Amino acid sequence: MSTSVPETGATAAQSAERRAVRTRWLLVSPAVVIIGCVGILPLSIILLYSLLEPAEYAGVVWTFSPEAWMGLVLERDIFDDTLGLSSAHLTIYTRSILQALFTTVLTLIFGFPTAYFIATRPAKERNIWLFLVTIPFWTNLLIRTFAIMLIVRDEGLVNHALINIGLIEKPLAILYTDVAVAIGLVYAYLPFMVLPLYASMEKLDFRLVEAGYDLYANRRRVLRRVIVPLVKPGVIAGCILVFIPSIGAYVTPRLLGGGKNMMLGNLIANQFGTSRNWPLGSAMALALMGLVMIALVIYVRNVTAAGQKSHG
Amino acid sequence: MADAVTQVDTPVRGASSPSPKGRGFDVKRLPGFATVAWMCLLVLYAPMLVLVLFSVNDNRSVTIWTKFSWRWYEEVINNEGIQHATVLSLKVAVVAMVVATAVATMAALATTRTRAYRGLPVVYGIINQPLMVPEIVTAVATLSFFALIKQATGVTGLGYLILAHTVFCIPFAYMPIRARLEDMDLTLEQASADLYATPWRTFRRVTFPLLLPGIFAGAMLAFVISLDDVVISLLVAGPGESTLPIYIIGQLRRGVTPEMNAVSTIFLAVSILLVTFFFVLARARK
Repeated sequence: MSTSVPETGATAAQSAERRAVRTRWLLVSPAVVIIGCVGILPLSIILLYSLLEPAEYAGVVWTFSPEAWMGLVLERDIFDDTLGLSSAHLTIYTRSILQALFTTVLTLIFGFPTAYFIATRPAKERNIWLFLVTIPFWTNLLIRTFAIMLIVRDEGLVNHALINIGLIEKPLAILYTDVAVAIGLVYAYLPFMVLPLYASMEKLDFRLVEAGYDLYANRRRVLRRVIVPLVKPGVIAGCILVFIPSIGAYVTPRLLGGGKNMMLGNLIANQFGTSRNWPLGSAMALALMGLVMIALVIYVRNVTAAGQKSHG
Repeated sequence: MADAVTQVDTPVRGASSPSPKGRGFDVKRLPGFATVAWMCLLVLYAPMLVLVLFSVNDNRSVTIWTKFSWRWYEEVINNEGIQHATVLSLKVAVVAMVVATAVATMAALATTRTRAYRGLPVVYGIINQPLMVPEIVTAVATLSFFALIKQATGVTGLGYLILAHTVFCIPFAYMPIRARLEDMDLTLEQASADLYATPWRTFRRVTFPLLLPGIFAGAMLAFVISLDDVVISLLVAGPGESTLPIYIIGQLRRGVTPEMNAVSTIFLAVSILLVTFFFVLARARK
């Protein structure tokens, strides 16, 4: 590569290059070390914990045991020690997956038109809309969940209004049900859907939309055959951004679902709290992470595929 | 970018331009979408408005409006539990913000505006790692890790919580700083180097001042994220280390009181203020 460069120049350039490389690594190392030690290393520790036995009080006993991984779906009968499917765990997994899917679908149904509407506003109006959607994105989830609590509880606004109209006599029990959790999750993650959708709709080339109309497509057809395929990466990004936090949600089910309607996040946290089974909690956490990784891989593959298609 | 958009806009939306479908046909419009958008806005803000409204209501019930009053705010200010939690939250958030922003700035300087080098994707992956793992997983992993260290060294204290916060603040601080750097004009730094400034001097006198809005924006996000965190704090915090969100969630389990409305409103106001500030900074780009 440097054959045509005189030797002294080459060494000077080389040492400058070496210095640049050294500075670069010095600059990135604090961030990499902090995240590596406190973000990534702990994941391997729970991998280790998941293969050990739980200690009586808390923590682990250092003997190997596959029990925790089996405990994900199985449980030992307390009387005859036989293994059977753990219906309690399976119920919680099913509930978590269904809640996350429901949240994703509902936020998409609401978020898609909203993002499209924002993207087609004139620049000034668009910024105001964007600002209004971003505010809830950054405000405290706990406080927003509390706000939902105020609305759906027995003495809450919804029941108060319904009783005043005379539609019902006794308050509807919404709080501490799956419905309340669903409402809370949709409310919490709606901005997570709108923002990535908007990002890809902002880049939408409306000449293509116009071409669709010129070729005698009606609105529904243009939407289905032109707009949706073009913004597909945004749809996938939005779905992932909603699905991942909702399947591992902790705050919303804890406040709105109470003890009976636990989700995976609460189940994991409980293993490190009252249930005192750290290995099981670790195995569950890793299983959840595996699920999330699969979702991310699907996302990356879809986006690259979509990118290649639009370039080709 | 903005120019390109308007250029596309004009022929398409101009009502005067002859369109095969006749005057006034807006190719961008899809019926019903505006209604849904307004509904979303209502859904997003109505619960928050209710929360704020009943924080200034002179009644213990959080459903029936009686009259305006600041009494719940007075109770919040005089509540020792809230005072402690607020001070602790601020302590953690400020330290995590400062460390995360400094570290993220350095990382951003080394990962932008360079040719792709070996290990760059790995560095990106590491910096964004906290964003990719579900919060509850990070929380229990950090808890296990810290328990191990505590057992081995016997050292306890607030440092653990701050460290945990710093980790998930780094990617948030990194994003706007990196965006700002990528938008910056390289020629100014080249000119500075041409005028015999040392790299350090170039950084201090040219790069850093230009980067400052990005750094502030990053710090802002890190601060908000740290202040808002519930799950990781809940699991990692030791006894007596209740941050404000932990205090609030503890109180909410016992029942809803207007005092919680007041403290939540203050919290909400701080978040909105910071995010607005962040928006202004991001706008200051051009």
